[in-house]
Amino acid sequence: MWPSFAAESVKMVRRPGTWLLLAVAVVLSVVFTYLAPYAAYLDGSGGVLSDRTLDQMLPERLVGNSISGLPVFLGAICLILAVLTVGGEYAWGTWKTLLTSGPSRLAVYLGKLLVLAAATLVLVLVLFAVGAVSSALIAVTESQPLHWPTLGDLGVGIGAGWLIGMVWAGFGVLLAVLLRGVALPIGLGLVWLLAVQNLLAAVAAPILDWVAEMQKGLPGPNAGSLAAALGATADTPGIGAVVGAGQASVTLAGYLLGFILLAGVLLGRRDIL
Amino acid sequence: MAARARRGIVRGMTEHPSSPAGGPGAGQPHPVEARGLTKRYGRLTAVDALDLTVRSGEVYGFLGPNGAGKTSTLRMLLGLVRPTAGTVRLFGRPPSAPGQLARVGALIEGPTFYPYLSGRENLRVLARYAGNPPGRIRTVLEMVGLADRAGDRYVGYSLGMKQRLGVAAALLKDPRLLILDEPTNGLDPAGMVDMRALIRRLAAGGCTVLLSSHLLGEVQQICDRVGVISGGRLVAESGVAELRGATGLRIVADPLAAAAERSRALLGPERVREVDGGLDLAVEPDRAAWLNAELVGAGVAVRELRPLERDLEQVFFELTEAGMTHVA
Repeated sequence: MWPSFAAESVKMVRRPGTWLLLAVAVVLSVVFTYLAPYAAYLDGSGGVLSDRTLDQMLPERLVGNSISGLPVFLGAICLILAVLTVGGEYAWGTWKTLLTSGPSRLAVYLGKLLVLAAATLVLVLVLFAVGAVSSALIAVTESQPLHWPTLGDLGVGIGAGWLIGMVWAGFGVLLAVLLRGVALPIGLGLVWLLAVQNLLAAVAAPILDWVAEMQKGLPGPNAGSLAAALGATADTPGIGAVVGAGQASVTLAGYLLGFILLAGVLLGRRDIL
Repeated sequence: MAARARRGIVRGMTEHPSSPAGGPGAGQPHPVEARGLTKRYGRLTAVDALDLTVRSGEVYGFLGPNGAGKTSTLRMLLGLVRPTAGTVRLFGRPPSAPGQLARVGALIEGPTFYPYLSGRENLRVLARYAGNPPGRIRTVLEMVGLADRAGDRYVGYSLGMKQRLGVAAALLKDPRLLILDEPTNGLDPAGMVDMRALIRRLAAGGCTVLLSSHLLGEVQQICDRVGVISGGRLVAESGVAELRGATGLRIVADPLAAAAERSRALLGPERVREVDGGLDLAVEPDRAAWLNAELVGAGVAVRELRPLERDLEQVFFELTEAGMTHVA
């Protein structure tokens, strides 16, 4: 497993797409969490983000702000990264090359999961870092006090962000193995993340009780609930306290386990064509 | 055996039993041993009860037309595809056994690598997967003649360079068994000669090679034994020379008319045919010395006397088109 992890790490680090995705995640996070709200705050213009007050952009809210994008748009980044990591082997036809080089399918799969776990953690840490810099800049500019979250709160926030990101990465791994490619898994994954979830939450749930009830068991609303419990603001897409933080964490862990187990079984049993 | 008898396979003296006995690998299991290997995709039977034995140290040619089941067989040998029925053993153990592919190198159905990495980086990644020392990377790059371009990105490689990298990857583990699917595909003539020489060198060094190729001349040049697959079944397996078979003698003599007259008298007119300034004689090749003495005794100057052999290409088409089965 460790040799596979080492090999996967090289591939992950050297793949230009990895850095592009990280850059996109950083830009999205900074723009929609700090830059746009701060611009709206400065000129007092209307719009979706205008109700954000200055204190929502200060270092004290770092945890909630840093993980607020993960239930939807930053989750999509995690999903794409996972599909590239696993589905790329199908697209390039490299499964046969790496499997005939010696390692077992299980070792390769565990190596990929480990590197995805590490990459997701790095992504979350980067989100916290750029959030810290952005919020500190705003605080200094507005002559506000620099009150940071406690180390414990930071640790919980990083863990929660990693869990949410990994659920979407696991979803991407499952889609990549199931559909044996890159394009269709990314397409279907984004349709679920960006369209179906929103339609269920905004259109179906308010008018159908069973859909509202079903929301409590779906990964997106649970991710949104966990982020909300840690301070993410409700005006961010996908954020909402549908269930409590404990239930959300358990549900998300269940999804993560289910996704990677199912993908592992499929990968182990199917022919490499 | 019952299945073989139904298919009319004839086994001759060159066939070794699957039990470890005789030959250079006495007491050791064969590098490749497949029994009753079958693969079905829905209603399509890609490989049908195939028996295959590759002996230690030999270069075994695996021939067959497109869609005959060659690649499916090779994939099953390497554990990439699960057989519907039958067994595969590499050095006596299934390919899925832990560490079993540690000394098996393979290039299956063309090289595939990561386009954003250089040739050297691709090998480095594979070496990490396999836990091989990185020091061998330079060695294998030099072996395949790619050391000068190893720093270039794979995406910019020509087909021949990709092929060389694929062979380099297969050699990375210093393999005891090398499974190569069309290794000279895309190489220029000089590259093909180099590759064949490399394969012979590896075999001389004790590496067993299972070579799948469409190039019958190539197989004829470098393989010790050949298996021909058609319709998912092994229709022939034998030494190259035996498969081509000596079917008679070719004589070039002066005067030709006198040689023809004497040959007809000795062999019967139906066994002598004038062809291209010579004679084709339907006679066992081991009677060449006797025939030569008779002709010389009759005052005929024999300028050329050699066995008539079929070209492997001719044998291949006969076997795959007629669907006949011959395991010598």
